[in-house]
Amino acid sequence: MDFSIAVLLAQDGVTNGAIYALLSLALVLVFAVTRVIFVPAGEFVTYGTLTLASLQLGKSPGTVGLLVGLAGLAGAMEVYAAARERTWHRLPRRLAIYLLVPLSIAALVHLLAPLTLALPLQILLSVAMVTALGPLLYRVAYQPLAEASVLVLLIVSVAVHLAMLGLGLWYFGAEGSRTPAFTSASYRVGDVQISGQSLLVLLFSLLVIAALYVFFGRTLYGKALRATALNRVGARLVGISPGLAGSLTFTLAASLCAFSGVLIGPITTVYYDSGFLVSLKGFVGAIIGGMSSYPMAAAGAFLVGLLESYSSFWASAFKEVIVFTLIIPVLLWRSLTTHHHEEEE
Amino acid sequence: MSALLEIVDLHVAYGKVEAVHGVSLTVDEGSIVTVIGPNGAGKTTLLAAIIGLLPSRGDIVYAGARVNRISVEERVAQRLCLVPERRELFAAMTVADNLELGAFHRHRARDRTLGKTRDEVYQRFPRLAERRAQLAGTLSGGERQMLALGRALMAAPRLLLLDEPSLGLAPLIVKEIFSIIATLRATGVSILLVEQNARAALQIASHGYVLETGTVALAGPSEEISRDVRVAATYLGRAPERSLPS
Ligand SMILES: Nc1ncnc2c1ncn2[C@@H]1O[C@H](COP(=O)(O)OP(=O)(O)OP(=O)(O)O)[C@@H](O)[C@H]1O
Ligand SMILES: [Mg+2]
Repeated sequence: MDFSIAVLLAQDGVTNGAIYALLSLALVLVFAVTRVIFVPAGEFVTYGTLTLASLQLGKSPGTVGLLVGLAGLAGAMEVYAAARERTWHRLPRRLAIYLLVPLSIAALVHLLAPLTLALPLQILLSVAMVTALGPLLYRVAYQPLAEASVLVLLIVSVAVHLAMLGLGLWYFGAEGSRTPAFTSASYRVGDVQISGQSLLVLLFSLLVIAALYVFFGRTLYGKALRATALNRVGARLVGISPGLAGSLTFTLAASLCAFSGVLIGPITTVYYDSGFLVSLKGFVGAIIGGMSSYPMAAAGAFLVGLLESYSSFWASAFKEVIVFTLIIPVLLWRSLTTHHHEEEE
Repeated sequence: MSALLEIVDLHVAYGKVEAVHGVSLTVDEGSIVTVIGPNGAGKTTLLAAIIGLLPSRGDIVYAGARVNRISVEERVAQRLCLVPERRELFAAMTVADNLELGAFHRHRARDRTLGKTRDEVYQRFPRLAERRAQLAGTLSGGERQMLALGRALMAAPRLLLLDEPSLGLAPLIVKEIFSIIATLRATGVSILLVEQNARAALQIASHGYVLETGTVALAGPSEEISRDVRVAATYLGRAPERSLPS
């Protein structure tokens, strides 16, 4: 392997790593705030790519139907909850969030799909569409079980993952899609060719990570999510409801996943079932971060990307095996060096 | 005076085990009421039910409406606040952030008097002002209790539920905390105070309840409670301990 190949592989690795990093952040966030292991993250990625691919063809994506269905279900649950708790005064606001907003997005996507808009607008629509699924999924599948154990929530996650996988096949078919590159530009630095696409992926990922940093460090809602992750009872006592924290978290996580899907589309062909393996790599990053440290999770995800890239050069048939096996010593080292505190204060 | 909080025949259970058996209690608007009793009597359980962390049977009427069915967050939005026994601070966040989050629902409601409340809290607890950039988890026990109190005050409570505010604190700080509680009433906050420190609690409260194994053993104006022989013996340590008929 000479220098220019090494650089090329590093470039690939960093590009993929950037995408895994977004996923690992989504996984850490969801687990920290809601204790849900977000197994369906991969489906949100594939839905992101495939929704964009549908829009490219001028077709209304099948996910519009899912969005409408979930919105109807969530709306009905809100009406029932308001009747049971006699909190009718909260209902208009909740129906706006869980019914009106998703239905408007669904209508917008459905009506604009045949126009084959410019790529940036299509990307915006796809991300909005898949993001809207996040809080609805939380409301319908997780919020009623907010007090349940991590294991029960995991079982729900696996069920949601399988359901979304099946629906993905139904909506998008078995054939894969690849979306066009954002740019065909390419730069020469000495002997090395650097693709504009890779640079854009890295740039977008870093921008998103910076935005998250500001959100959690500076804004009231960002602090509220951190507070919920730190102390669930304390958060409730200052009036942060688990429902609000959960749906906000799932909104963020879904948008991170959908955005990853948009970024990964031009790199590889995405099938309805490609998501799981992708999210597993994000998951490895998240575990390297102990499911709690965002910087470590992102760094872990970049490591996974690089490992994958170099192992595909030496033994491409075994690339997944190598990635997941090499992770074991890392996990051992992490579990030996981090001590787990009892949750206090 | 009208009742701000009225509890009638409240039963609270952990699963199948009942810990509070039919407690009735009233807090008048603008008053301090204390609940004293031995370890395991059900004081914390009672407060948890009032704030809505635990489900309960019976009536909890707050500000004229039954609140049994509404969530903790909804009760907090109605200015019913708890400073819990375990404080439940956000350890990895700064003092300033803890206080800011204390007013979470007021931020959402775009309450314009927030800045004033924050200044008042810092004035009341100058130590918190000095340490506003420090992480809550690194505060001393007394400072933590001040932060827990300050965080609750940021919500501009109408009724403040305090669970053992003097727990684990040195006598000097206990005195400071109690004098702060007494001055709070002057600002119009009503207080339900749970305490082990019966003497200090009965001094600042107008009414007292003695809770024993989940039932009210004695209730009345504070002076009467302090004069009661059994209370004097058991909680105020004036006479040799006697066994209590229950
Ligand atoms: N989570 C729980 N599950 C089961 N039983 C509990 C739980 N929490 C408290 N109890 C029981 O309920 C009873 C009342 O406990 P509680 O904490 O309300 O007492 P307390 O009056 O606050 O005591 P202390 O003065 O020690 O704080 C005790 O017998 C206790 O063991
Ligand atoms: Mg207690």
